[in-house]
Amino acid sequence: MERTFLAIFALTASTISLGAEEIAPTAVTFVDGSIETSLTGMPGDPVKGRDIVSDKSLGNCVACHEVTDLADVPFHGNIGPMLDGAGERWSEAELRGIVANAKIMFEDSMMPSFYKTEGFIRPGNAYTGKAADETFGPLLSAQQIEDVVAYLVTLTEY
Amino acid sequence: MRKLTGALLASAIAATPVMADPVDDTLILNEEITLVTRTEAPEHVADVLGEIISGWHFRGTETRAMQADDFDNPGMIFVEQAEEVWNTAEGSEGKSCASCHGASEDMAGVRPVYPKWNEAAGEVRTLEMQINDCRENQMGADKWKYTGGDMVNMTALIASVSRGMPVNVAIDGPAQSTWEAGKELYYTRTGQLEMACSSCHEANYGNMIRADHLSQGHINGFPTYRLKNTKLNAVHARFKGCVRDTRAETFSPGSPEFVALELYVASRGNGLAVEGPSVRN
Ligand code: HEC
Ligand code: HEC
Repeated sequence: MERTFLAIFALTASTISLGAEEIAPTAVTFVDGSIETSLTGMPGDPVKGRDIVSDKSLGNCVACHEVTDLADVPFHGNIGPMLDGAGERWSEAELRGIVANAKIMFEDSMMPSFYKTEGFIRPGNAYTGKAADETFGPLLSAQQIEDVVAYLVTLTEY
Repeated sequence: MRKLTGALLASAIAATPVMADPVDDTLILNEEITLVTRTEAPEHVADVLGEIISGWHFRGTETRAMQADDFDNPGMIFVEQAEEVWNTAEGSEGKSCASCHGASEDMAGVRPVYPKWNEAAGEVRTLEMQINDCRENQMGADKWKYTGGDMVNMTALIASVSRGMPVNVAIDGPAQSTWEAGKELYYTRTGQLEMACSSCHEANYGNMIRADHLSQGHINGFPTYRLKNTKLNAVHARFKGCVRDTRAETFSPGSPEFVALELYVASRGNGLAVEGPSVRN
Protein backbone atom coordinates (compact mmCIF):
# COMPACT_ATOMS: atom_id res chain seq x y z
CA MET A 1 0.00 0.00 0.00
CA GLU A 2 2.68 2.46 1.03
CA ARG A 3 4.81 1.32 -1.90
CA THR A 4 2.01 2.01 -4.36
CA PHE A 5 1.58 5.40 -2.89
CA LEU A 6 5.28 6.11 -3.19
CA ALA A 7 5.35 4.96 -6.79
CA ILE A 8 2.46 7.26 -7.68
CA PHE A 9 4.17 10.05 -5.88
CA ALA A 10 7.40 9.49 -7.72
CA LEU A 11 5.55 9.61 -11.02
CA THR A 12 4.03 12.91 -10.12
CA ALA A 13 7.32 14.32 -8.98
CA SER A 14 9.29 13.31 -12.04
CA THR A 15 6.88 13.85 -14.92
CA ILE A 16 4.56 16.67 -14.04
CA SER A 17 6.12 20.10 -13.80
CA LEU A 18 7.07 20.81 -10.24
CA GLY A 19 5.85 23.49 -7.91
CA ALA A 20 7.61 26.77 -8.58
CA GLU A 21 10.27 26.32 -5.88
CA GLU A 22 10.97 22.61 -6.19
CA ILE A 23 14.41 21.60 -7.47
CA ALA A 24 14.38 18.39 -9.55
CA PRO A 25 16.89 15.62 -8.70
CA THR A 26 18.77 16.36 -11.93
CA ALA A 27 19.01 20.10 -11.20
CA VAL A 28 20.52 20.04 -7.71
CA THR A 29 23.75 22.00 -7.17
CA PHE A 30 26.25 20.58 -4.71
CA VAL A 31 28.97 22.72 -3.16
CA ASP A 32 31.56 20.57 -1.37
CA GLY A 33 28.92 17.90 -0.91
CA SER A 34 26.37 20.35 0.54
CA ILE A 35 23.11 21.71 -0.84
CA GLU A 36 22.67 25.29 0.33
CA THR A 37 18.98 25.90 -0.25
CA SER A 38 15.83 23.95 0.56
CA LEU A 39 14.77 21.65 -2.29
CA THR A 40 11.18 22.82 -1.93
CA GLY A 41 11.62 26.37 -0.68
CA MET A 42 9.69 25.25 2.37
CA PRO A 43 10.87 24.21 5.81
CA GLY A 44 10.85 20.49 6.62
CA ASP A 45 8.73 18.87 9.32
CA PRO A 46 10.94 17.13 11.90
CA VAL A 47 8.08 14.93 13.13
CA LYS A 48 7.47 13.55 9.65
CA GLY A 49 11.24 13.30 9.21
CA ARG A 50 11.48 11.09 12.28
CA ASP A 51 8.95 8.69 10.70
CA ILE A 52 10.77 8.63 7.39
CA VAL A 53 14.07 7.82 9.08
CA SER A 54 12.48 4.87 10.95
CA ASP A 55 10.04 3.50 8.39
CA LYS A 56 11.16 0.44 6.49
CA SER A 57 9.23 1.45 3.37
CA LEU A 58 10.49 5.06 3.41
CA GLY A 59 14.00 6.16 4.36
CA ASN A 60 14.76 3.05 6.41
CA CYS A 61 17.84 4.88 7.67
CA VAL A 62 17.92 2.73 10.81
CA ALA A 63 18.72 -0.24 8.56
CA CYS A 64 22.27 1.11 8.70
CA HIS A 65 22.33 3.74 11.47
CA GLU A 66 21.75 3.63 15.16
CA VAL A 67 19.83 6.58 16.67
CA THR A 68 19.22 6.77 20.42
CA ASP A 69 16.18 9.00 19.90
CA LEU A 70 14.58 6.13 17.93
CA ALA A 71 15.08 3.50 20.65
CA ASP A 72 11.36 2.67 20.29
CA VAL A 73 12.00 1.39 16.76
CA PRO A 74 13.37 -2.19 16.79
CA PHE A 75 16.55 -3.33 15.03
CA HIS A 76 19.00 -0.61 14.19
CA GLY A 77 21.87 -1.56 11.92
CA ASN A 78 25.49 -0.56 12.34
CA ILE A 79 26.77 -0.20 8.78
CA GLY A 80 27.02 3.59 9.06
CA PRO A 81 27.97 5.82 11.99
CA MET A 82 25.64 6.42 14.89
CA LEU A 83 23.51 9.51 14.08
CA ASP A 84 23.44 10.92 17.62
CA GLY A 85 24.98 14.38 17.40
CA ALA A 86 24.70 14.54 13.59
CA GLY A 87 22.99 17.94 13.92
CA GLU A 88 26.01 19.12 15.87
CA ARG A 89 28.65 17.68 13.52
CA TRP A 90 27.08 18.89 10.28
CA SER A 91 25.35 22.04 9.08
CA GLU A 92 21.86 21.89 7.61
CA ALA A 93 23.28 22.34 4.10
CA GLU A 94 25.74 19.50 4.65
CA LEU A 95 23.02 17.21 5.97
CA ARG A 96 20.85 17.99 2.94
CA GLY A 97 23.74 17.08 0.66
CA ILE A 98 24.46 13.85 2.56
CA VAL A 99 20.85 12.67 2.47
CA ALA A 100 20.32 13.66 -1.18
CA ASN A 101 23.54 12.05 -2.40
CA ALA A 102 26.02 10.90 0.23
CA LYS A 103 28.51 9.76 -2.39
CA ILE A 104 29.47 13.36 -3.08
CA MET A 105 30.48 14.01 0.54
CA PHE A 106 31.81 10.49 1.13
CA GLU A 107 33.42 8.98 -1.93
CA ASP A 108 32.22 5.42 -2.69
CA SER A 109 29.93 5.43 0.33
CA MET A 110 27.60 2.48 0.73
CA MET A 111 24.83 4.92 1.68
CA PRO A 112 22.16 5.06 -1.03
CA SER A 113 21.52 8.35 -2.84
CA PHE A 114 18.01 9.33 -1.84
CA TYR A 115 17.47 12.17 -4.33
CA LYS A 116 18.92 10.90 -7.56
CA THR A 117 17.27 9.50 -10.69
CA GLU A 118 20.09 8.86 -13.14
CA GLY A 119 23.27 6.88 -13.54
CA PHE A 120 22.16 3.53 -12.08
CA ILE A 121 23.23 0.10 -13.33
CA ARG A 122 20.21 -2.19 -13.92
CA PRO A 123 17.78 -0.04 -11.95
CA GLY A 124 14.73 -2.02 -10.85
CA ASN A 125 11.09 -1.32 -10.22
CA ALA A 126 11.29 -1.00 -6.42
CA TYR A 127 11.80 -4.49 -4.89
CA THR A 128 10.13 -6.51 -7.66
CA GLY A 129 13.36 -7.59 -9.36
CA LYS A 130 11.88 -6.31 -12.63
CA ALA A 131 13.31 -3.48 -14.72
CA ALA A 132 12.47 0.09 -13.80
CA ASP A 133 9.55 1.56 -15.70
CA GLU A 134 8.11 5.04 -16.14
CA THR A 135 7.14 5.22 -12.45
CA PHE A 136 10.84 5.37 -11.50
CA GLY A 137 11.58 8.30 -9.23
CA PRO A 138 13.96 9.24 -6.40
CA LEU A 139 13.91 7.16 -3.20
CA LEU A 140 12.53 10.16 -1.31
CA SER A 141 10.65 13.21 -2.61
CA ALA A 142 12.04 16.74 -2.23
CA GLN A 143 9.74 17.42 0.71
CA GLN A 144 10.65 14.12 2.37
CA ILE A 145 14.34 15.05 2.08
CA GLU A 146 13.57 18.37 3.76
CA ASP A 147 11.64 16.58 6.52
CA VAL A 148 14.54 14.21 7.16
CA VAL A 149 17.00 17.11 7.26
CA ALA A 150 14.73 18.97 9.69
CA TYR A 151 14.81 15.91 11.94
CA LEU A 152 18.59 15.38 11.69
CA VAL A 153 19.17 19.00 12.71
CA THR A 154 17.47 18.18 16.03
CA LEU A 155 19.98 15.38 16.79
CA THR A 156 22.40 17.59 18.68
CA GLU A 157 23.00 15.34 21.66
CA TYR A 158 25.54 12.58 21.98
CA MET B 1 17.08 -4.63 41.67
CA ARG B 2 17.35 -7.40 39.17
CA LYS B 3 14.15 -6.24 37.48
CA LEU B 4 15.42 -2.73 37.16
CA THR B 5 18.63 -3.88 35.54
CA GLY B 6 16.57 -6.01 33.18
CA ALA B 7 14.48 -3.05 32.09
CA LEU B 8 17.55 -0.90 31.63
CA LEU B 9 19.20 -3.61 29.62
CA ALA B 10 16.15 -4.02 27.39
CA SER B 11 16.14 -0.36 26.48
CA ALA B 12 19.88 -0.38 25.94
CA ILE B 13 19.55 -3.32 23.59
CA ALA B 14 16.86 -1.62 21.55
CA ALA B 15 19.18 1.26 20.80
CA THR B 16 22.51 -0.55 20.63
CA PRO B 17 23.35 -2.92 17.82
CA VAL B 18 23.72 -6.46 19.02
CA MET B 19 27.34 -7.51 19.31
CA ALA B 20 27.69 -9.02 15.94
CA ASP B 21 30.94 -10.89 15.58
CA PRO B 22 30.74 -14.35 14.06
CA VAL B 23 30.08 -16.84 16.85
CA ASP B 24 33.00 -18.85 18.10
CA ASP B 25 31.75 -22.42 17.79
CA THR B 26 32.61 -25.74 16.15
CA LEU B 27 30.30 -27.57 13.77
CA ILE B 28 30.40 -31.26 14.55
CA LEU B 29 28.01 -33.15 12.32
CA ASN B 30 26.07 -35.96 14.00
CA GLU B 31 28.72 -36.01 16.73
CA GLU B 32 31.01 -37.57 14.16
CA ILE B 33 32.75 -35.28 11.71
CA THR B 34 34.10 -31.83 12.42
CA LEU B 35 33.46 -29.50 9.49
CA VAL B 36 35.87 -26.74 8.50
CA THR B 37 33.75 -23.61 8.93
CA ARG B 38 36.57 -21.08 9.09
CA THR B 39 39.95 -21.21 7.48
CA GLU B 40 42.60 -19.17 5.75
CA ALA B 41 41.33 -17.38 2.64
CA PRO B 42 42.39 -18.85 -0.70
CA GLU B 43 45.10 -16.91 -2.49
CA HIS B 44 42.77 -15.20 -4.96
CA VAL B 45 40.81 -13.44 -2.17
CA ALA B 46 43.61 -13.10 0.39
CA ASP B 47 43.93 -9.39 -0.44
CA VAL B 48 40.35 -8.71 0.74
CA LEU B 49 39.55 -11.40 3.32
CA GLY B 50 41.97 -12.63 5.96
CA GLU B 51 39.86 -15.60 6.92
CA ILE B 52 36.89 -17.20 5.23
CA ILE B 53 33.98 -17.94 7.55
CA SER B 54 30.90 -20.03 6.84
CA GLY B 55 27.47 -18.41 7.17
CA TRP B 56 26.83 -20.96 9.95
CA HIS B 57 28.86 -18.79 12.37
CA PHE B 58 26.53 -15.84 11.79
CA ARG B 59 23.36 -17.68 12.77
CA GLY B 60 21.75 -18.09 16.18
CA THR B 61 22.42 -20.89 18.66
CA GLU B 62 19.30 -22.90 17.77
CA THR B 63 19.77 -22.56 14.05
CA ARG B 64 23.35 -23.75 14.37
CA ALA B 65 22.28 -26.70 16.50
CA MET B 66 19.62 -27.77 13.98
CA GLN B 67 22.25 -28.14 11.31
CA ALA B 68 24.54 -30.21 13.50
CA ASP B 69 22.16 -33.17 13.68
CA ASP B 70 20.52 -34.84 10.70
CA PHE B 71 17.43 -35.66 12.76
CA ASP B 72 16.94 -31.98 13.55
CA ASN B 73 17.87 -30.65 10.11
CA PRO B 74 14.61 -30.18 8.17
CA GLY B 75 16.63 -30.15 4.95
CA MET B 76 17.33 -33.86 5.37
CA ILE B 77 13.67 -34.70 4.70
CA PHE B 78 14.17 -33.42 1.17
CA VAL B 79 17.39 -35.39 0.87
CA GLU B 80 15.39 -38.54 1.63
CA GLN B 81 12.83 -37.63 -1.01
CA ALA B 82 15.61 -37.14 -3.54
CA GLU B 83 17.11 -40.52 -2.61
CA GLU B 84 13.92 -42.13 -3.84
CA VAL B 85 14.02 -40.16 -7.08
CA TRP B 86 17.68 -41.14 -7.49
CA ASN B 87 16.64 -44.77 -7.69
CA THR B 88 13.53 -44.31 -9.82
CA ALA B 89 13.72 -44.91 -13.59
CA GLU B 90 12.23 -42.15 -15.70
CA GLY B 91 12.12 -41.06 -19.32
CA SER B 92 12.32 -42.87 -22.67
CA GLU B 93 15.53 -44.74 -21.80
CA GLY B 94 14.08 -46.37 -18.70
CA LYS B 95 17.03 -45.32 -16.58
CA SER B 96 17.42 -43.83 -13.13
CA CYS B 97 20.36 -41.81 -11.85
CA ALA B 98 21.48 -44.99 -10.09
CA SER B 99 21.61 -46.89 -13.40
CA CYS B 100 24.65 -44.87 -14.43
CA HIS B 101 26.08 -43.61 -11.14
CA GLY B 102 25.42 -46.39 -8.62
CA ALA B 103 24.61 -45.43 -5.06
CA SER B 104 24.09 -41.75 -4.24
CA GLU B 105 27.05 -42.00 -1.82
CA ASP B 106 29.24 -42.67 -4.84
CA MET B 107 28.69 -39.02 -5.78
CA ALA B 108 30.90 -37.95 -2.86
CA GLY B 109 33.45 -35.49 -4.23
CA VAL B 110 31.19 -34.08 -6.95
CA ARG B 111 29.67 -31.08 -5.15
CA PRO B 112 32.99 -29.56 -4.04
CA VAL B 113 34.24 -29.05 -7.62
CA TYR B 114 31.10 -27.52 -9.17
CA PRO B 115 30.64 -25.24 -11.09
CA LYS B 116 33.13 -26.92 -13.39
CA TRP B 117 34.37 -26.64 -16.95
CA ASN B 118 32.78 -29.19 -19.30
CA GLU B 119 35.14 -29.89 -22.17
CA ALA B 120 32.60 -31.46 -24.55
CA ALA B 121 30.09 -28.66 -24.06
CA GLY B 122 32.75 -25.95 -24.03
CA GLU B 123 31.17 -24.20 -21.05
CA VAL B 124 31.26 -23.91 -17.28
CA ARG B 125 28.42 -25.97 -15.85
CA THR B 126 26.65 -25.82 -12.53
CA LEU B 127 25.42 -28.98 -10.85
CA GLU B 128 21.89 -28.10 -11.97
CA MET B 129 22.99 -27.86 -15.61
CA GLN B 130 24.71 -31.22 -15.37
CA ILE B 131 21.66 -32.84 -13.78
CA ASN B 132 19.42 -31.54 -16.55
CA ASP B 133 21.90 -32.72 -19.17
CA CYS B 134 21.69 -36.23 -17.69
CA ARG B 135 17.91 -36.08 -17.64
CA GLU B 136 17.61 -34.97 -21.25
CA ASN B 137 20.43 -36.84 -22.91
CA GLN B 138 20.93 -39.97 -20.78
CA MET B 139 17.43 -40.64 -19.49
CA GLY B 140 15.27 -39.07 -22.19
CA ALA B 141 13.34 -37.29 -19.46
CA ASP B 142 12.11 -33.71 -19.20
CA LYS B 143 14.39 -31.04 -17.77
CA TRP B 144 13.63 -29.85 -14.28
CA LYS B 145 12.95 -26.19 -13.55
CA TYR B 146 16.28 -24.63 -12.51
CA THR B 147 15.29 -23.72 -8.95
CA GLY B 148 12.25 -26.02 -8.71
CA GLY B 149 11.61 -28.52 -5.92
CA ASP B 150 12.84 -31.65 -7.74
CA MET B 151 16.05 -29.92 -8.71
CA VAL B 152 16.85 -28.37 -5.36
CA ASN B 153 16.12 -31.68 -3.59
CA MET B 154 18.51 -33.52 -5.89
CA THR B 155 21.26 -30.95 -5.35
CA ALA B 156 20.71 -31.40 -1.60
CA LEU B 157 21.22 -35.15 -1.90
CA ILE B 158 24.38 -34.69 -3.96
CA ALA B 159 25.73 -32.06 -1.55
CA SER B 160 24.88 -34.15 1.52
CA VAL B 161 27.16 -37.02 0.51
CA SER B 162 30.10 -34.58 0.24
CA ARG B 163 29.60 -32.92 3.59
CA GLY B 164 32.94 -32.26 5.22
CA MET B 165 34.89 -32.25 1.97
CA PRO B 166 36.52 -28.89 1.15
CA VAL B 167 35.06 -26.76 -1.63
CA ASN B 168 37.61 -26.79 -4.41
CA VAL B 169 36.45 -25.21 -7.66
CA ALA B 170 38.97 -24.61 -10.43
CA ILE B 171 39.30 -21.00 -11.54
CA ASP B 172 42.12 -21.27 -14.02
CA GLY B 173 42.44 -22.79 -17.49
CA PRO B 174 39.27 -22.73 -19.56
CA ALA B 175 37.15 -21.62 -16.56
CA GLN B 176 39.14 -18.44 -16.06
CA SER B 177 37.16 -16.10 -18.31
CA THR B 178 33.89 -17.20 -16.67
CA TRP B 179 35.48 -16.64 -13.26
CA GLU B 180 36.57 -13.14 -14.30
CA ALA B 181 33.05 -12.35 -15.50
CA GLY B 182 31.68 -13.51 -12.16
CA LYS B 183 34.17 -11.38 -10.29
CA GLU B 184 33.13 -8.34 -12.31
CA LEU B 185 29.50 -8.94 -11.34
CA TYR B 186 30.42 -9.44 -7.69
CA TYR B 187 31.90 -5.96 -7.50
CA THR B 188 29.35 -4.12 -9.65
CA ARG B 189 27.09 -1.80 -7.67
CA THR B 190 23.62 -2.43 -9.05
CA GLY B 191 20.13 -1.08 -8.63
CA GLN B 192 18.77 2.10 -7.19
CA LEU B 193 20.54 1.37 -3.89
CA GLU B 194 23.85 0.96 -5.77
CA MET B 195 25.14 -1.98 -3.81
CA ALA B 196 27.40 -4.81 -4.91
CA CYS B 197 27.74 -8.24 -3.32
CA SER B 198 30.98 -6.91 -1.87
CA SER B 199 29.17 -3.96 -0.19
CA CYS B 200 27.39 -6.33 2.14
CA HIS B 201 29.44 -9.54 2.21
CA GLU B 202 33.00 -8.21 2.01
CA ALA B 203 32.97 -4.67 3.43
CA ASN B 204 30.30 -5.28 6.08
CA TYR B 205 30.17 -8.92 7.15
CA GLY B 206 29.69 -9.12 10.89
CA ASN B 207 27.64 -5.91 10.84
CA MET B 208 23.89 -5.66 11.17
CA ILE B 209 21.72 -4.39 8.33
CA ARG B 210 18.50 -3.78 10.21
CA ALA B 211 17.76 -7.18 11.81
CA ASP B 212 20.07 -9.17 9.53
CA HIS B 213 23.52 -10.26 10.62
CA LEU B 214 25.63 -10.10 7.48
CA SER B 215 27.80 -13.10 6.67
CA GLN B 216 30.48 -13.40 4.01
CA GLY B 217 27.83 -14.78 1.65
CA HIS B 218 29.49 -18.14 0.92
CA ILE B 219 27.65 -20.92 -0.89
CA ASN B 220 29.29 -23.95 0.73
CA GLY B 221 26.04 -24.51 2.66
CA PHE B 222 23.72 -24.71 -0.35
CA PRO B 223 21.04 -25.62 -0.77
CA THR B 224 19.97 -24.01 2.48
CA TYR B 225 16.86 -24.83 4.44
CA ARG B 226 15.55 -21.41 5.50
CA LEU B 227 13.38 -21.08 8.57
CA LYS B 228 11.90 -18.01 6.89
CA ASN B 229 10.27 -19.88 4.00
CA THR B 230 10.54 -23.45 5.37
CA LYS B 231 11.98 -24.97 2.23
CA LEU B 232 15.26 -25.62 0.52
CA ASN B 233 16.67 -22.62 -1.33
CA ALA B 234 18.90 -22.86 -4.39
CA VAL B 235 22.00 -20.73 -4.88
CA HIS B 236 20.55 -18.79 -7.80
CA ALA B 237 17.33 -18.09 -5.87
CA ARG B 238 19.45 -16.53 -3.12
CA PHE B 239 21.42 -14.49 -5.66
CA LYS B 240 18.16 -13.28 -7.15
CA GLY B 241 16.87 -12.21 -3.74
CA CYS B 242 20.05 -10.34 -2.88
CA VAL B 243 20.10 -8.51 -6.24
CA ARG B 244 16.40 -7.67 -5.94
CA ASP B 245 17.14 -6.16 -2.52
CA THR B 246 19.38 -3.58 -4.16
CA ARG B 247 16.28 -2.41 -6.09
CA ALA B 248 17.80 -3.78 -9.27
CA GLU B 249 16.56 -5.73 -12.25
CA THR B 250 17.80 -9.23 -11.43
CA PHE B 251 19.27 -11.90 -13.67
CA SER B 252 17.40 -15.18 -14.10
CA PRO B 253 18.30 -18.40 -12.33
CA GLY B 254 20.44 -20.44 -14.72
CA SER B 255 21.48 -17.38 -16.74
CA PRO B 256 25.12 -17.15 -17.89
CA GLU B 257 25.55 -14.21 -15.49
CA PHE B 258 24.48 -16.20 -12.44
CA VAL B 259 26.51 -19.23 -13.55
CA ALA B 260 29.61 -17.02 -13.69
CA LEU B 261 28.74 -15.40 -10.37
CA GLU B 262 28.27 -18.84 -8.81
CA LEU B 263 31.73 -19.94 -9.93
CA TYR B 264 33.27 -16.80 -8.50
CA VAL B 265 31.37 -16.91 -5.19
CA ALA B 266 32.11 -20.64 -4.82
CA SER B 267 35.81 -19.93 -5.34
CA ARG B 268 35.83 -17.40 -2.51
CA GLY B 269 34.85 -20.31 -0.27
CA ASN B 270 37.50 -22.74 -1.53
CA GLY B 271 38.65 -24.55 1.63
CA LEU B 272 35.38 -24.40 3.56
CA ALA B 273 33.61 -27.71 4.07
CA VAL B 274 30.54 -28.54 1.99
CA GLU B 275 27.58 -28.15 4.39
CA GLY B 276 24.52 -28.58 2.19
CA PRO B 277 21.76 -28.83 3.13
CA SER B 278 22.55 -26.19 5.75
CA VAL B 279 20.05 -24.41 8.00
CA ARG B 280 19.73 -20.62 7.87
CA ASN B 281 17.12 -18.09 8.95
C1 HEC C 1 22.98 1.05 3.38
C2 HEC C 1 23.49 1.84 4.42
C3 HEC C 1 22.96 3.23 4.72
C4 HEC C 1 21.67 3.72 4.69
C5 HEC C 1 20.40 2.98 4.30
C6 HEC C 1 21.73 5.08 5.12
N1 HEC C 1 23.02 5.41 5.41
FE1 HEC C 1 23.69 7.22 6.15
N2 HEC C 1 25.63 6.55 6.08
C7 HEC C 1 26.02 5.28 5.73
C8 HEC C 1 27.47 5.20 5.84
C9 HEC C 1 28.31 3.95 5.55
C10 HEC C 1 27.92 6.47 6.26
C11 HEC C 1 29.36 6.92 6.53
C12 HEC C 1 29.90 7.72 5.41
C13 HEC C 1 30.85 6.91 4.59
O1 HEC C 1 30.40 6.18 3.71
O2 HEC C 1 32.05 6.98 4.84
C14 HEC C 1 26.73 7.29 6.39
C15 HEC C 1 26.76 8.62 6.83
C16 HEC C 1 25.63 9.37 7.17
C17 HEC C 1 25.65 10.67 7.83
C18 HEC C 1 26.87 11.39 8.34
C19 HEC C 1 27.22 10.67 9.63
C20 HEC C 1 27.98 11.47 10.64
O3 HEC C 1 27.34 11.98 11.53
O4 HEC C 1 29.19 11.57 10.51
C21 HEC C 1 24.35 11.05 7.98
C22 HEC C 1 23.85 12.32 8.63
C23 HEC C 1 23.52 10.00 7.41
N3 HEC C 1 24.34 8.99 6.94
C24 HEC C 1 22.14 10.02 7.39
C25 HEC C 1 21.34 9.05 6.81
C26 HEC C 1 19.91 9.16 6.64
C27 HEC C 1 19.08 10.31 7.13
C28 HEC C 1 19.49 8.05 5.96
C29 HEC C 1 18.13 7.69 5.43
C30 HEC C 1 17.37 8.69 4.74
C31 HEC C 1 20.65 7.20 5.79
N4 HEC C 1 21.75 7.85 6.30
C32 HEC C 1 20.63 5.93 5.21
C33 HEC C 1 25.19 4.23 5.36
C34 HEC C 1 23.81 4.31 5.18
C1 HEC D 1 21.87 -5.09 0.81
C2 HEC D 1 22.76 -6.09 1.33
C3 HEC D 1 23.13 -7.28 0.47
C4 HEC D 1 23.67 -7.31 -0.79
C5 HEC D 1 24.02 -6.13 -1.68
C6 HEC D 1 23.87 -8.70 -1.12
N1 HEC D 1 23.45 -9.50 -0.09
FE1 HEC D 1 23.66 -11.52 0.06
N2 HEC D 1 22.74 -11.50 1.86
C7 HEC D 1 22.28 -10.37 2.52
C8 HEC D 1 21.67 -10.74 3.78
C9 HEC D 1 21.05 -9.80 4.81
C10 HEC D 1 21.78 -12.16 3.86
C11 HEC D 1 21.32 -13.07 5.01
C12 HEC D 1 22.37 -13.07 6.10
C13 HEC D 1 23.71 -13.56 5.61
O1 HEC D 1 23.94 -14.78 5.48
O2 HEC D 1 24.56 -12.71 5.28
C14 HEC D 1 22.47 -12.60 2.65
C15 HEC D 1 22.81 -13.92 2.36
C16 HEC D 1 23.52 -14.33 1.26
C17 HEC D 1 23.93 -15.70 1.02
C18 HEC D 1 23.63 -16.89 1.93
C19 HEC D 1 24.79 -17.18 2.83
C20 HEC D 1 24.54 -18.40 3.70
O3 HEC D 1 25.44 -18.76 4.45
O4 HEC D 1 23.47 -18.97 3.64
C21 HEC D 1 24.61 -15.70 -0.15
C22 HEC D 1 25.23 -16.90 -0.85
C23 HEC D 1 24.62 -14.34 -0.65
N3 HEC D 1 23.96 -13.54 0.24
C24 HEC D 1 25.24 -13.93 -1.82
C25 HEC D 1 25.16 -12.63 -2.35
C26 HEC D 1 25.63 -12.25 -3.65
C27 HEC D 1 26.32 -13.18 -4.62
C28 HEC D 1 25.34 -10.93 -3.82
C29 HEC D 1 25.49 -10.05 -5.03
C30 HEC D 1 24.86 -10.49 -6.22
C31 HEC D 1 24.74 -10.47 -2.59
N4 HEC D 1 24.62 -11.54 -1.73
C32 HEC D 1 24.37 -9.16 -2.33
C33 HEC D 1 22.41 -9.06 2.09
C34 HEC D 1 22.97 -8.67 0.89
